Amino acid sequence: MALTTEEVRHIAKLARIALTDEEIERYREQLSGILDHFEVLNEVDTEGVSPTAQAFALSNVQRPDEVRPSLSPEDVLRNAPRTEDGYLRVRAVLE
Amino acid sequence: MAFDPAHLDRTAHEHAAALRAGDYTATALTEATLERLRQQEHLNAYITLTEDLALRQAQEADARLRVGEGGPLTGVPVGVKDLLSTRDVRTTAGSRMLEDFTPVLDCTVVERLNAAGAVTVGKTNLDEFAMGSSTEHSAFGPTRNPWGRDGQGNLDRVPGGSSGGSAATVAARGVPLSLGTDTGGSIRQPAALCGVLGMKPTYGRVSRFGVVAFASSLEQVGPIGRDAEDVADLLQAIAGQDQMDSTTAPVPVPDFKERFARGLDGLRVGVPAEFFGEGLDPAVRQPVEAAIDAMEAQGATIVRDIALPSVRAALPVYYIIAPSEASANLARYDGVKYGFAVTDGLSAEDEMARTRGEGFGAEVKRRVMLGTYALSAGYYDAYYLKAQKVRTVIRGEFEAALEQCDVIVSPTSPNTAFRFAEKLDDPYAMYLNDLYTIPVNIAGNPGLSIPCGFADGLPVGLQLVGRPFEEATLLGVAHAYEAIADWNRQAPPPVGTQG
Repeated sequence: MALTTEEVRHIAKLARIALTDEEIERYREQLSGILDHFEVLNEVDTEGVSPTAQAFALSNVQRPDEVRPSLSPEDVLRNAPRTEDGYLRVRAVLE
Repeated sequence: MAFDPAHLDRTAHEHAAALRAGDYTATALTEATLERLRQQEHLNAYITLTEDLALRQAQEADARLRVGEGGPLTGVPVGVKDLLSTRDVRTTAGSRMLEDFTPVLDCTVVERLNAAGAVTVGKTNLDEFAMGSSTEHSAFGPTRNPWGRDGQGNLDRVPGGSSGGSAATVAARGVPLSLGTDTGGSIRQPAALCGVLGMKPTYGRVSRFGVVAFASSLEQVGPIGRDAEDVADLLQAIAGQDQMDSTTAPVPVPDFKERFARGLDGLRVGVPAEFFGEGLDPAVRQPVEAAIDAMEAQGATIVRDIALPSVRAALPVYYIIAPSEASANLARYDGVKYGFAVTDGLSAEDEMARTRGEGFGAEVKRRVMLGTYALSAGYYDAYYLKAQKVRTVIRGEFEAALEQCDVIVSPTSPNTAFRFAEKLDDPYAMYLNDLYTIPVNIAGNPGLSIPCGFADGLPVGLQLVGRPFEEATLLGVAHAYEAIADWNRQAPPPVGTQG
């Protein structure tokens, strides 16, 4: 299955990854090659088979609702690239 | 009391016995260990050595030992994969994205290790975000396999991956034990390529809380060591339900050594043809077949009529499910909350895309792109949903096969340790390294790789796969095998400061 350059650009945009033209071309080739190997999936009959999200699915796992200490604001911000007055600072999304 | 550096070749349980007997102190053992790790810097097995922390922990261990409180890991040096969050110790995941990231919490597994009195000596090298089979995808340079030497004696081979640092440092007798993580073979394959033991526990056996997430439905933390007893002791320390990880199973934790006295007599060993077909290096097949023969000679019954026909689709299933989960898990690296950030972009979106474009390495970008594609509108049913259905089929086949036998055996990896750069330009060739380990993550069962011989001077691993939550069976088989074959006691030539 051959991906087009436009498709790869679209995927990169969805994934929010800035790529160079050279990277776009390399991933186009490599991802196309990998997708070719996926054809074998269609050889497995899955009629009436339900999907597995997790090997040994547990449902409605609960624990006692107890008050516990949470991280301090200092700890939360400790690794943040940009902070201001105890907040995370981000670029304006709407101008 | 002088510490003989030759003692560094001992296993963890040998150290534990010596520490309890007062033959040497945890502090002396730790100092000698750190000295050896500095001498072995050339392996690049560690991203960060935590010398001060280790010496502090050693002193605490000595205090416990003095009052007779030591357990099997008290005072024992352990390496920790740099995917596991460690409080106040930077945790990079092998990525430029987290080069300066310092967690404010220990992951549950490290918390349990600390409670057991282990001495954590450093954070081991890995493929970026655990994505890879050679440790070449680390932003901190590749780890070297202590077994692989060219004609000039230079270390020229990969240790496998992604837990390559954890496997290499155990193989080189830097530490007796380490922790890795295994999403598609990342503990078992490097253990095989480095000639040590490595176990992926059953999904849900060990907490993932505080582990940098890659593919949450597939990965488990597990032990790497040089004999079954050590692996059992480390698993014992970390296993069990955790309130902080709701995917940990409400299943009792047994004594993982409970099958050690049992031997191989009467054991039904399944040998599926699907794991011995095209792609298997004949030089790897030979020692694996010899190991199966040796088990038969000890009374095991070899069962060859088990079938796992759908494992041929396991690699595609994995390379849809794992990247899909990764694309969601790695969405958190946005340059806002923590990690690398581009701050001089044109807009919020431009900064985010450049943060991810520059912060992630080639393989991580490849997988996030692949997962994004598989989950995108119009392709979800054909790829992700189909893969999840095939996953159900593969699980069912393992379940049926393990009714006919007690343990399935296969090669761990189709090949031995390969040379640096040999597979870097061909992603699918790299993915094929995990041909026999990936199906086990898809099914969720426990898997253990044990050394079973050599091919052209390089270690070969035998994979044992058991029923869910029957890790003790695998460890019992490994222990019995060690009594008849001493491959696990073979050491690579010493690694010096040069070549």
